[in-house]
Amino acid sequence: MLKQVHFGPSYIPYLLVTPQILITLVFFIWPAGHALYQSLLIEDAFGLSSEFVWFENFEVLFADEHYLGTFKRTIFFSVLVASISMGFSLILAAMADRVIKAAMVYRTLLIWPYAVAPVVAGALWVFMFDPTLGILTYGLSMFGYDWNHKLNGNEAMALVIIAAAWKQVAYNFLFFLAAMQSIPKSLIEAAAIDGAGPVRRFATIVFPLISPTTFFLLVVNIVYAFFDTFGIVHTITQGGPAKATEILVYKVYNDGFVGLDLGGSAAQSVVLMAIVIALTVIQFRYIEKTVEYS
Amino acid sequence: MIENRPFITFLSHAVLILGIAIIAFPIWITFVAATHDAVRMVQVPLPLLPGDQFFANLDQALNKGISGGSNSGVGMMIFNSLVMALMIAIGKIAISLLSAFAIVYFRFPFRMGFFWMIFITLMLPVEVRIIPTFEVVANLNMLNSYWGLSIPLIASATATFMFRQTFLTIPDELLEAARIDGAGAMRFFFDILLPMSRTNIAALFVILFIYGWNQYLWPLLITTDQSMFTVVMSIKQMLETAEQAPEWNIIMMTTLLAMLPPVVVVVFMQKLFVKGLTETEK
Amino acid sequence: MATVQLNNIGKVYPNGFKAIHDVNVEIDDGEFIVLVGPSGCGKSTLMRMVAGLEQVTSGTISIDGQEVNKLEPADRNIAMVFQNYALYPHMSVYQNMAYGLKIRGIPKAEINERVNKAADILELTADQLVRKPRQLSGGQRQRVAMGRAIVREPSVFLFDEPLSNLDAKLRVQMRIEIKLLQQQLGTTSIYVTHDQTEAMTLGHRLVVLNFGRIEQLGTPIELYEKPASLFVAGFIGSPAMNFTDAKVSADGDSVDLIGGVSFKLPEGIYRSFANKEVVLGMRPEDLEIASSDDDRRDMVTRLVEQLGADTLVHGSFGEAKADMTIRLSGIQNFNPGEVLPVRISPNKIHLFDPQTEKRLD
Repeated sequence: MLKQVHFGPSYIPYLLVTPQILITLVFFIWPAGHALYQSLLIEDAFGLSSEFVWFENFEVLFADEHYLGTFKRTIFFSVLVASISMGFSLILAAMADRVIKAAMVYRTLLIWPYAVAPVVAGALWVFMFDPTLGILTYGLSMFGYDWNHKLNGNEAMALVIIAAAWKQVAYNFLFFLAAMQSIPKSLIEAAAIDGAGPVRRFATIVFPLISPTTFFLLVVNIVYAFFDTFGIVHTITQGGPAKATEILVYKVYNDGFVGLDLGGSAAQSVVLMAIVIALTVIQFRYIEKTVEYS
Repeated sequence: MIENRPFITFLSHAVLILGIAIIAFPIWITFVAATHDAVRMVQVPLPLLPGDQFFANLDQALNKGISGGSNSGVGMMIFNSLVMALMIAIGKIAISLLSAFAIVYFRFPFRMGFFWMIFITLMLPVEVRIIPTFEVVANLNMLNSYWGLSIPLIASATATFMFRQTFLTIPDELLEAARIDGAGAMRFFFDILLPMSRTNIAALFVILFIYGWNQYLWPLLITTDQSMFTVVMSIKQMLETAEQAPEWNIIMMTTLLAMLPPVVVVVFMQKLFVKGLTETEK
Repeated sequence: MATVQLNNIGKVYPNGFKAIHDVNVEIDDGEFIVLVGPSGCGKSTLMRMVAGLEQVTSGTISIDGQEVNKLEPADRNIAMVFQNYALYPHMSVYQNMAYGLKIRGIPKAEINERVNKAADILELTADQLVRKPRQLSGGQRQRVAMGRAIVREPSVFLFDEPLSNLDAKLRVQMRIEIKLLQQQLGTTSIYVTHDQTEAMTLGHRLVVLNFGRIEQLGTPIELYEKPASLFVAGFIGSPAMNFTDAKVSADGDSVDLIGGVSFKLPEGIYRSFANKEVVLGMRPEDLEIASSDDDRRDMVTRLVEQLGADTLVHGSFGEAKADMTIRLSGIQNFNPGEVLPVRISPNKIHLFDPQTEKRLD
């Protein structure tokens, strides 16, 4: 935390932390506090007066079936994004780990989607699945399937999930591959001498040993699906059709900026903050438990 | 590899190549779309092989934009994106270096208080505090400005933690040697600490540049003036216009332009990128 | 060139741990002083207080008569060589040596001259001067660390276990180089080590520290011949001095081991300790094979270690089970179980008080 050896007392450290603390106070702490405060108020329709209502906004929120539906939908969405993306990456990483010489070449070819903005990812997929022109829509029509995510809520959800998972494959692949490559070779060799074939070795040695990474990625992917997918949803579906793809982050934006329900939106922000805090705590607990190979 | 079984090796390569094909397919389609003219791009089925209109589309995207849109190209927006990404990356690195230095190398009242204040920012992504943050920026008259685009995103717990980690691995004796050599705190920071952290700085820069370039929700909220739009935002707007008269060749060309800088950074600075990604997650 | 005075130095850490108790040392101009003791004895703390890297809790440190307690390390005109060298990894060898001079605003030409002169003394080639520390071997890094100290032309050199990261062979070589360098420059030096051989060979005088207190201060030979305490006696010399419980005879002219074996003491000196329980100390190299029968004591050998130049024989005297080691020069062929006639000159016998652990004489 602190160096054993450090500089003597002076005003310098205060100057050093000033920029960061100032920005944190103005753009983080104050707005978050304001959101907390606002979540306890109800404003009238014209924004002229407001009334302090304690937890009424939260009561309304959790009595609201739309909101609860959004909550469930977000969890469904996150779990699917995380599992599809991680499953796909895990297979690729396991294969890349086997072809050591070529692994770095494959890595180069697989990591770049990380750099693609969520909105851009949305644009790519919405283009391929465009109901009238999309190349994949055309492909599906050859099999007699009529794709239209603008009308069909399940198809819209599927598209958003695919686009979100696609973007995250790079990140997961990178961490899985690194975790597999950090397993000492002697362990794998010992298992081979014990008579375990490649599949068995993966199931009984490699997979258990990378479990901390798997858990870590699970948390990261869920955070990603919860908070970083706004751009994807906004480009592909705008939460539609009929709110079929409205996730929590999108609803905060929509209720606040489009619906101008500031108290309700603030209450939603506060719920989101609570989720991030919980996920961060889980993530930090994980860090203390990483495996070390002695 | 443990055993020599050519079939398994072959299978591994086959699976990997298939995986890459799936991952790269959307980009290929985007590229193909950006090389055809508007007429070809409304005929089903859309082409799978590139055409010859690449430069014509590039010219239109950069200088004119789509016909139904604002009639201004994305050249200016690319510049805006670049300025925003650089300001965010450099700003985050600068303030994080300073605060990590203070927290690791000085003992002073409220040190832990400052530390926790920085830590809290980890739990407040912009998505969960958009409305009040927007109000603050509006009150500070920072809407439609580079400052408004970048400064609220600059405070970073991750970067501060990473530099803290880096500084903690630097042996104490170096500070002692520097003190005996007569270096004061800031001199030590600039002469010893900064040069010794430069790979970490570069790695972080790669990650933060991508983060900054890809910002969407924030610029969407605080820019209403066309001249301050970023290229990532413009894609969404083009898609909205596309509802009526889709000009997919131009939209996809813009998409290519929007993802090119960060992708190039990742591919060509792969080592730094991987380092940055793994170090910031510690 | 300078003298260094440590007056009643004490150090208490914020957690209440007393690291140094009332230490007094006067170091002469040009003297090479070694602070030696086991790890945790406070030797490094003491030197770091001289450097200004640790605060002094009580007492005063003076360099050349001027009190330096409140001065920054940079203002004390000292230079230090660290255990892990603490070379700046991103600077070339030249820049490492020049850094302190540059900060002091010394003109470029003079820096250049001083660095080249130091490089000359340390036999660092021009080619090595432009390299980074990581491209050098351990011994070369050691030289650069010394070079950084030399160029400053300080009044005091401080060495903090500078050889402990080197392999055994290089350590011997660098030890000689440090000794020669100090002779040549004549700079007052303080050297910290836990290695008694290093301490004995390098120091004009040694300060033996234990639990933050000075056990003894003296020249290597004084420490060897008249160790002031059991601790010093056991610490100085290799293989270590043999100890066994014993009792001074009623007339004070001999010392008796358990089981009837006894050794003659120098006449007259120990009369006042007649009948006192003592700890008897005998250096392995002071015990020898008896040529005549009148002062021989029988030792039963248990183990023989052949070192080539020396032979170490382990065994015990009669009923006394305490393990005794004898160091005989040359190759000696004995078998375990053999009984050896052993003697020791009375004036080579050391007696210590079992309670205070102080030397008796």
